[in-house]
Amino acid sequence: MQGLLAWVPLLPLIGFLTLVAIPLFHRDEPSQKVIAYIGVGSVGLAALFTIIVAIVLFWGNPSESINISLWSWMLVDNLKLGFNFHVDWLTMVMLLIITGVGFLIHLYSVGYMREDLDFRRYFAYLNLFVCAMLILVLADNLVLLYLGWEGVGLCSYLLIGFWYKDPANGAAAQKAFIVTRIGDTAMAIGLFLLFYEFSTLNIPELVSTINGPDVNNDIVTLACLLLLGGAVGKSAQLPLQTWLPDAMAGPTPVSALIHAATMVTAGVYLIARMHPLYMLSEVAMTAVAAVGALTLLLAGFSAIAQSDIKRVLAYSTISQIGYMFLALGVGAWSGAIFHLMTHAFFKALLFLSAGSVILSLHHEQNVFSMGGLYRKIPLTFICFTIGCACLAALPFTSGFYSKDHILLSAWEYHHGINILWLAGILGALVTGIYSFRVLFLVFLGREGQASTHCKDANIPVMSIPLCILAVLALFGGLLAPPLQSVFGVRPDEAHSPWIEGTAIAMPLIGLAIAWKLFRHEQRTGEQRSSLLQFWFSGWGFDWIYDHLLVRPFKFLTQINHNDIIDSIYKGTATISRQMHALLSTSQNGQVRWYLTTFAVGSILFLALLVAL
Amino acid sequence: MPIETAPGLEAGVLLAAILFCLGLAGLMMRRNVIFMLMCVEICTNAAALMFVVAGAHWGNADGQVMFLFVVTLAAAEVAIALALVLQFYHRKHTVDIDQLNELRG
Repeated sequence: MQGLLAWVPLLPLIGFLTLVAIPLFHRDEPSQKVIAYIGVGSVGLAALFTIIVAIVLFWGNPSESINISLWSWMLVDNLKLGFNFHVDWLTMVMLLIITGVGFLIHLYSVGYMREDLDFRRYFAYLNLFVCAMLILVLADNLVLLYLGWEGVGLCSYLLIGFWYKDPANGAAAQKAFIVTRIGDTAMAIGLFLLFYEFSTLNIPELVSTINGPDVNNDIVTLACLLLLGGAVGKSAQLPLQTWLPDAMAGPTPVSALIHAATMVTAGVYLIARMHPLYMLSEVAMTAVAAVGALTLLLAGFSAIAQSDIKRVLAYSTISQIGYMFLALGVGAWSGAIFHLMTHAFFKALLFLSAGSVILSLHHEQNVFSMGGLYRKIPLTFICFTIGCACLAALPFTSGFYSKDHILLSAWEYHHGINILWLAGILGALVTGIYSFRVLFLVFLGREGQASTHCKDANIPVMSIPLCILAVLALFGGLLAPPLQSVFGVRPDEAHSPWIEGTAIAMPLIGLAIAWKLFRHEQRTGEQRSSLLQFWFSGWGFDWIYDHLLVRPFKFLTQINHNDIIDSIYKGTATISRQMHALLSTSQNGQVRWYLTTFAVGSILFLALLVAL
Repeated sequence: MPIETAPGLEAGVLLAAILFCLGLAGLMMRRNVIFMLMCVEICTNAAALMFVVAGAHWGNADGQVMFLFVVTLAAAEVAIALALVLQFYHRKHTVDIDQLNELRG
């Protein structure tokens, strides 16, 4: 049974390798059907294995954890790293999300990418991504985790730039890669620091070591902050959030899988996985909560101003992950993972629905040229509505349960009104506004420019994942994962009705505001007030980074156009070449010249001997 | 034992030196290979003369033995060198040594 678990990351890897190796054995490109069977089948089988393991080993036994040793990876002095997997409920939840949601998105992709010439490359990348993500969550040591971490970063880069013929897509891919690399560098330094201090990077060992008596708290705080840096990069949180909206350049199912459901939540997973470390440091916890609170507000307001349907969802993702960070920061570990799970369901649903809209409108993404689509693509409309309801956390949807959990935890954090709770509540209002704004703009109201030639592009292979995700998004709230064995049990607190009431009311108020403002918005296009323009640009972060980092860097590279260090080596080469030219003129092939120099030399030599 | 300078030694050495310098100067200035060969012979003979003079001066037969060697050497040298000159002329249709500069750098 444990061997089955080792197959879970292996299957997508096999799928990837098969898809890549096909040209070696077949001259002709295989049919889409074959590719789809390999690409989707490998992830589907992995999902099946995961479910079997979950049922057989974990059902009714929430304290179970499994360790699997595959092979020894590195043995250097006291650094012992194995290719070992550690599976507890936290891992299990992540596995189920990655393989389950991943499978549905793979299936949807078969329909979405059916017109694309690079069908095989797409599925190869997607399978490699799933493999790397599974390694990330299964790893029992931080270096193996880092391997998966970089693997998903690579696949994200490859898939954002999937349509590489447009230079803008390549630029977006590079931006994502470079910005997340900044966080990864911080994380790597954090790992070095942890190893230097505790001489282990094995997570269970690390946890038992840091609970010992003599632990330097400053080091722990510093390491936590550095790991937070990595998490901030990968999860697109403040201040490294700028890459995610641009990452929407990739195919829409990629946005659903990588930039909403799985990879961007890796930062949340990392902090949840390292929670015993964070619990030792008040400063680090506060930093996590502050990052979350600030990000969720900032991204929420940005989402209100966007005109591209995918960018709305991108900012909404940043904002929802902000909620997860907020939950982590107030110690509501299971709340964060719960929201991660429900968010994976409804955000995947929203992205896939948006994908259907985009495909039906022949790749139109501007919400201002949409409108009145509810009659033309009813299934997509229903799915999108469900997704929006969950995103806004309307009562009895999955998003409501998880967000409520987070808001209550934020309330408990200081036992009363506090800034984190206020941020969360305000964020809930904003979420209501932007999610229903986009719903109203796209599906209700008057028909826009693009709506007139709308043609339902859904085929069964796309509709089925949409329906399953819709059901999961609606009822996923009932599947609260049993994480007590990982995070411990928190005492239940009684809350006065008005706190609960506020949490329920905020999204509804947001809905009402959106109804009033955007129900009949004039589709005049791109005119925005200066405040909206500011939000539209993502609070000017791109502008700041451009002026603060990119331009000075380009300026410096221009100054150093001919590398200064290089000129030393070039100088050496030039000198020896000159010397060579000088000496080679004396080799003129004239015997008499040689003889003369020989004679003169002999005379000089003799004279020297005599003189001495 | 201090070496006594026999009369005539200085003159012999001087003659050999002049002969050698003449040969060397000819080698450096002449462009005709055959003349260069002759200059080499003059140099060789200057050396041989030096052996004879030194041998006579010290009353030692070694100098004369060396002279025989030098004469043999000169004969061998001329045999080879003339063959080379013939080849040179065969290829270039000239005996000007300056035409032979294919080994320049």
